[in-house]
Amino acid sequence: MSSLLFTEAEWDFSVLDRTYKAIEDIALGDLKLDVYPNQVEIISSEQMLDAYSSLAMPLLYNHWSFGKMFAREETMYRRGYSALAYEIVINSSPCISYLLEENSMTMQALVMAHAAFGHNHFFKNNYLFRQWTNAAGILDYLDFAKKYIAACEERHGRDEVEAVLDSAHALMDQGVFRYRRPPKPTKERVLEKRRRRAEYEEEAYNELWRTLPAGIEPPEAQPTIDPEEHFEGEMKLPEENLLYFLEKYSPTLKAWQREILRIVRTLAQYFYPQRQTKVMNEGCATFVHHTIMNLMYERGLITEGSLLEFLHSHTSVVFQPEFDDRRYSGLNPYALGFGMMADIKRICEKPTQEDRDWFPAFAGNGDWMGTLKDAWANYRDESFIEQFLSPKLMRDFRLFALFDKADNEAVKVSAIHNDTGYRRVRTALARQYDVGNSDPNIQVVGANLKSDRKLYLEHRMHRGVPLHHATKELVLAHVEKLWGHDVALEEIAAEETVAA
Amino acid sequence: MTYFIDRRLNPKGKSLANRQRFLRRARAQIREAVQKSLKDSAVADLGKERKIKISAKGTREPRFRLDPKTAGEQDFVLPGNKEFVPGDEIKKPKSGEDGQRGKQASDSGEGEDDFEFTMTQDEILDIFFEDLELPNLVRTTLKETPSKTWKRAGLSTAGSPNQINLVRTMRNSFGRRLALKRPKLSELEALQALLDEAEQERPETEETRARISALKEQIAKANAKRKWIAFVDPIDVRFNSFTEQPVPTSQAVMFCLMDVSGSMGEREKDLAKRFYMLLHLFLKRRYEKVDVVFIRHTHDAQEVDEHEFFYSRQSGGTIVSTALDKMLEIQKERYATADWNIYAAQASDGYTQSGDARRCVEMLNGDLMPLCQYYAYIEILDEREMEVFANEESGAELWRAYRTVAELWPNFATKRISKPADIFPVFRELFKKAEASA
Repeated sequence: MSSLLFTEAEWDFSVLDRTYKAIEDIALGDLKLDVYPNQVEIISSEQMLDAYSSLAMPLLYNHWSFGKMFAREETMYRRGYSALAYEIVINSSPCISYLLEENSMTMQALVMAHAAFGHNHFFKNNYLFRQWTNAAGILDYLDFAKKYIAACEERHGRDEVEAVLDSAHALMDQGVFRYRRPPKPTKERVLEKRRRRAEYEEEAYNELWRTLPAGIEPPEAQPTIDPEEHFEGEMKLPEENLLYFLEKYSPTLKAWQREILRIVRTLAQYFYPQRQTKVMNEGCATFVHHTIMNLMYERGLITEGSLLEFLHSHTSVVFQPEFDDRRYSGLNPYALGFGMMADIKRICEKPTQEDRDWFPAFAGNGDWMGTLKDAWANYRDESFIEQFLSPKLMRDFRLFALFDKADNEAVKVSAIHNDTGYRRVRTALARQYDVGNSDPNIQVVGANLKSDRKLYLEHRMHRGVPLHHATKELVLAHVEKLWGHDVALEEIAAEETVAA
Repeated sequence: MTYFIDRRLNPKGKSLANRQRFLRRARAQIREAVQKSLKDSAVADLGKERKIKISAKGTREPRFRLDPKTAGEQDFVLPGNKEFVPGDEIKKPKSGEDGQRGKQASDSGEGEDDFEFTMTQDEILDIFFEDLELPNLVRTTLKETPSKTWKRAGLSTAGSPNQINLVRTMRNSFGRRLALKRPKLSELEALQALLDEAEQERPETEETRARISALKEQIAKANAKRKWIAFVDPIDVRFNSFTEQPVPTSQAVMFCLMDVSGSMGEREKDLAKRFYMLLHLFLKRRYEKVDVVFIRHTHDAQEVDEHEFFYSRQSGGTIVSTALDKMLEIQKERYATADWNIYAAQASDGYTQSGDARRCVEMLNGDLMPLCQYYAYIEILDEREMEVFANEESGAELWRAYRTVAELWPNFATKRISKPADIFPVFRELFKKAEASA
């Protein structure tokens, strides 16, 4: 009797189920992955486009920018400029993976291994996700956000809400805490706050007001001021999280507008780990699906045809065009991530002398899965590259570093993949993946609350790189809207300079 | 099977709300883009799904971003080194915006690039028709529609004999006969049979005679009752009833009349074309079928196809009335008013042979206007002339002549335009004006 899971390209739910169980056996049994419970959803291509355009979240509040994204994606897709992704996976518990209905059975198997186990393991174990995101609560929060914003639209008008969202979206990149956690209120303060809120509601409610003729509003009772939240309170400056600062201290925003800012910055914070781990996240998922699919073939669970179909798709996913290729659009995170992880496996199993010199900690230890799991759990792109990128891989990718100064006529090749260059190339590449470097470092440094209420921002230029002028003016207009008074942004050179 | 959820059957259009918000946001740009694209498409083609390119303005999503091109320094790593060694220098592209940068910029939505997407027919048309309606069209159409049809309208107690509803009539009669206990023919026959039998009985006894006389009496009574309870009484009779109903005609023909003599340049023709397109769109929305007839004229009028109409040139004088003649001829031949709603749009630069204007007015008043649902005349001027003729009262001969027609017919409109931007507002005004006077 054949142990093959499937032989046809067509799939149905019983085959999916059987295959999922086989993949689960390998993932949990052989690879010992640690995952959230899985929820696999089959969707159509239109739903996939829908998902694209709402930040890949299953539910999200309404905003025109998502409609714009949908229109763009749809046009690209219809003209055949871009194919749809095979899957989308959401960092939530249960971990939701979307499979496209058009995938063949082999692709469905690949995608389940990739998303439901690869990404899932990464989400559950990487320190950034563990510290900064709440997988179990995100869907509930999004549900709340959607309803809240819809209610605001009803109450305050669509244009009003849209204006706040526009401004908040413009500051989304500046709406995250990078180095410290948001100040967590103590338990007593939470209780106190809850009590105060109940008190306020009690006060504000009065049976009499219900008898007023329509059109006359009851006078608004002023909510009791929370001394710690009032903007006269002591501000902790400098503040890197602009949205947080505006939410807490803007003299003009109303309570619902502050709540919207909070929603947007919660989303920004939720996505922040993903931005810092593109290479690792994709690398982890790709490495896992590669391993699982090969094991399935070795165990006679899939046919040779399936294996070839899988390899075809896998190689196109990890294809890295060279910089002078017309197809080049930056380093492919799948290629780099998968390359590095496959390389770590090689170093663990069959290290060369060079590897032993470079990676004494794990070269030849034989436990590649343990080494990888440790990397997946404790690193982000920048530190992962700095630690694990091997000379061999740099040679394979033929990586070279360039130095560019705005005034110079030419860019200079500063290092290549040779003995003298490995470390410089590696450091330069790691820096390139440091979100802290590629995002402008903008902080609130002061606010004249007592006089003209002017807000002072500061951009500490990293190596003298200024902000793009036109967009700077546009975003500042949004800050002014939220702050309600003048805003000044000064660009200053950062004290520290990083040696190239 | 607990792991799998089939979402394919979920309702579609989850992002519709976002799309509507986007269209609303970009309304100004979209309208501009739609108008721009009028120029390149055929009159009848406009109401189709199409790609629209709008400028990114208004739907920009700015974020702070670094601009290493203007100042400062940076390192970056590329794959695929072939011949470079440390110290090599690579010249930067001059313009500062090579292909790749441009692409990145547009991806992040911050670039100044145009944004292209597909709009459905309805979305495009909605933009045109926002608050624009053909004036009282339904009313005028119904009022002036010559064709009518008979429609069943239940039953009535009066009518012509050929419309008697037998079923209803007989049902009423049956009920009435039952209620009044009218003796049936079979009952009468049975009595008669008994009587016959009794009369045949021999010997005739006293008892028999009594029975015979009783039977005779019964028969006489039954006959009398049958006489005064009619089998079909006038109150039973029902007639099928019909009422007359007007049928709105579901097709329209649009006559495009244009002066193509030398004085009409590309600019003028382009303006005219846009006007025809808009009118066509209107009609398309209203009627199932819209025919377009193109009539061009110089001193002589011809029916031509669309391409000829807009792109070929003819030399000659200008006699407007020839086009009206042609229109009337075609209408008589092919478009009976009983079946077609007739619309006409005429574009001209306002020049015609002297004396011809009067003939035009006669034709319009006498023959054409009674046929037309709507007749629009636009005069295309250049901007200098527009200033001279700022006053509606003054104008060339044709204009003045047509104004007299407009006074007589509420469904006749005249307008002047001088640049593309005039068209849309003018078009609106045309129909608004008609609405006000209708």
